[in-house]
Amino acid sequence: MCYILYVFVLCLDLEWRWKCVAKDADDDEDEDRIGFVITLGYDFDMNISVLLPASPFRVSISRLSYLVCVAKQFIYAAIYLIMALLSDLINLDLTDATPKIIAEYIWIGGSGMDLRSKARTLPGPVDDPKKLPKWNYDGSSTGQAPGEDSEVILYPQAIFKDPFRRGNNILVMCDAYTPAGEPIPTNKRCAAAKIFSNPDVEKEVPWYGIEQEYTLLQKDINWPLGWPQGGFPGPQGPYYCGIGAEKAFGRDIVDAHYKACLYAGVNISGINGEVMPGQWEFQVGPAVGISAGDELWVARYILERITEINGVVVSFDPKPIPGDWNGAGAHTNYSTKSMREEGGYEVIKKAIEKMGLRHKEHIAAYGEGNERRLTGRHETADINTFLWGVANRGASIRVGRDTEKEGKGYFEDRRPASNMDPYVVTSMIAETTILWNKS
Amino acid sequence: MFILKINKIINKLHFEQGDCCSIKRKLVSFISRLSIALSSIYKHCGKDFRERENNLFKMALLNDLINLNLTDSTHKIIAEYIWIGGSGMDLRSKARTLPGPVSDPKKLPNWNYDGSSTGQAPGEDSEVILYPQAIFKDPFRGGNNILVICDAYTPAGEPIPTNKRHAAAKIFSHPEVEKEVPWYGLEQEYTLLQKGINWPLGWPQGGFPGPQGPYYCGIGAEKAFGRDIVDAHYKACLYAGINISGINGEVMPGQWEFQVGPSVGISAGDELWAARYILERITEIAGVVVSFDPKPIPGDWNGAGAHTNYSTKSMREEGGYEVIKKAIEKLGLRHKEHIAAYGEGNERRLTGRHETADINTFKWGVANRGASIRVGRDTEKEGKGYFEDRRPASNMDPYVVTSMIAETTILFNKS
Repeated sequence: MCYILYVFVLCLDLEWRWKCVAKDADDDEDEDRIGFVITLGYDFDMNISVLLPASPFRVSISRLSYLVCVAKQFIYAAIYLIMALLSDLINLDLTDATPKIIAEYIWIGGSGMDLRSKARTLPGPVDDPKKLPKWNYDGSSTGQAPGEDSEVILYPQAIFKDPFRRGNNILVMCDAYTPAGEPIPTNKRCAAAKIFSNPDVEKEVPWYGIEQEYTLLQKDINWPLGWPQGGFPGPQGPYYCGIGAEKAFGRDIVDAHYKACLYAGVNISGINGEVMPGQWEFQVGPAVGISAGDELWVARYILERITEINGVVVSFDPKPIPGDWNGAGAHTNYSTKSMREEGGYEVIKKAIEKMGLRHKEHIAAYGEGNERRLTGRHETADINTFLWGVANRGASIRVGRDTEKEGKGYFEDRRPASNMDPYVVTSMIAETTILWNKS
Repeated sequence: MFILKINKIINKLHFEQGDCCSIKRKLVSFISRLSIALSSIYKHCGKDFRERENNLFKMALLNDLINLNLTDSTHKIIAEYIWIGGSGMDLRSKARTLPGPVSDPKKLPNWNYDGSSTGQAPGEDSEVILYPQAIFKDPFRGGNNILVICDAYTPAGEPIPTNKRHAAAKIFSHPEVEKEVPWYGLEQEYTLLQKGINWPLGWPQGGFPGPQGPYYCGIGAEKAFGRDIVDAHYKACLYAGINISGINGEVMPGQWEFQVGPSVGISAGDELWAARYILERITEIAGVVVSFDPKPIPGDWNGAGAHTNYSTKSMREEGGYEVIKKAIEKLGLRHKEHIAAYGEGNERRLTGRHETADINTFKWGVANRGASIRVGRDTEKEGKGYFEDRRPASNMDPYVVTSMIAETTILFNKS
């Protein structure tokens, strides 16, 4: 134990805490077994725990497996320290060495859900996307262009601070065009921007709050994080907003993501653990118009970069595990200026009526595989039914009690799946409620 | 050693038998049991475990010493002299102390090394002289310490056979070439391999990942392998003063690319070699192997190239597109000579598939990634710009390739 303390004292960033674990009821002795869990923290709260089980020679496991267990923990700690040398370079603060900055250009690939990015050096800090140079990429490698004419042009649209490189370095959300200047087929932002710049829509100042749910999966086996391999955890109930090692799986990723998004300038409003174990949610908003889509995509990018660091896979599938397990959605909260003012409740009701008339068109654009999720059970409405209600989580559209009481507010469209494209969904809701007239 | 310290601490605690606090008693008994357990581990485990145990806290101590900031203790600086070894691709380096900071390579002293240990000199006459050519800041030692790119000469002052920089510098100092101010952008691709088994990083041992598609510029733990190395390299090169212009994940998983440029003339080669040196030093820290082989995995997996973007003053000015077309024509006439100098093993990579042109074919096109030479759409549209020679392999020598392109396009006349 003295040896472990010696290591932790040298690395000044580390903190340790110990807690009581693993009480063995089968023990002959009446005293409890105590083990030490020493948690090393660094930067985005990446934690490595070194568990020293108590009284090895009294426990019925073999001496050899105990040695292997302890040795493995020491090796992980060694790897951690080696990484410390590498992380000195990754975290190098270049602001004194050079005025140059690194800009990570992010775009959406050929499947509509795969994010891609590459970095370039710029001569100095930039805060206006219009001042950033256009770039291009090899569309034939992402299924977005043929090999003989493979250049796809990136137009920078939004800038965020880079939480991984920090300093003056930036993330740039882009959309993709042909060399002739036409949006490529997978570019949904261009059409959305057109809708949002329509004078009627601009006048109504549409606000969006998007609740992005996602599932964390163990790498290589693609089984949810924290679930036993080849088996299932206890049924849903204790996991929603739960705490504790047997209820919350992957909180370090969620917390790191929260702070990273705040650092980046993404309007992240909250996080919570979801009903299915290993499933989490974050909310982005309120964001106006097209920026809702930009911010959600950047938040998704930061999330997948963080899970990459942690060796965990993030899934936006709307129903990752079939059966009595919740799906993952992206409930979209929405309001316009008229809805937020006096008499807004009537405007809301009219808007919901229009949404009901276009139910099928919306569902078609609300994400692949949504039919596996919208079953009418697990807090969803059946995919073929359109129903709305106050405080009704089994409805397609839910209106909060506050909104009903005050006569103004917003409503929540619960239909979009977690793999929806926010550009498509936000612009479609604005289009249907503001521009579309039942004819 | 440390078990003794534990026991000393326990003895200092002075717990009486009659101590009524059961927690303290439990704690003491636990500590004593743990110390017995640790000592039994120590005895029962082999040398390996003890070595790892020692390595653990050595690392922490070492980190403090490696990052020691000397600027307040002494004026002296450390200069790491870097040169290319006998194979033409193995980088070597050693360090020396200098009395104070230096920013001009001409002010650095010549040095020498044992050429017989790198296959560059016979044992009876093994001294090879190092001439410093370019200085970069040392990202590993920080402070005023420097990296020095050198080339190698005999004691008589002749370049040794593996010294390609000398001939390149001659070409670049030719008045015709100097007038044209040749710019180079080099896209260096490389593959990261797991140490010991030499299988790409992130690939399952004895197996293959899913087919190519999701990895190009991809993110996520199942798509991007080794990003920490790439990011560390990016910042380290910027710190060093290398003109690194970008990075991206490549089509094959575990393969990455960085770009150096635009650099003028001979400095393109100096900067790329310094960037390669920094990359291999970083993979050394990470315990990963870097490979510059042009086709590391045979079959339906992309190779690794070093596409060379090139332009001259005439190409960048009005009417440049015509100059570009004439230059490409000359390159086509010397296709075989170029290919012979563009890297060993390139025939495994230039198959006509996987975004390459067949090694025996010379063809060029606009925005065509299956061509030997690609001209960008911007260049075609604006009537001036640059072109990309996609033939060089990742293990090419930039001194050779850059000077050869300049020689063929500026000095060579079809006769």
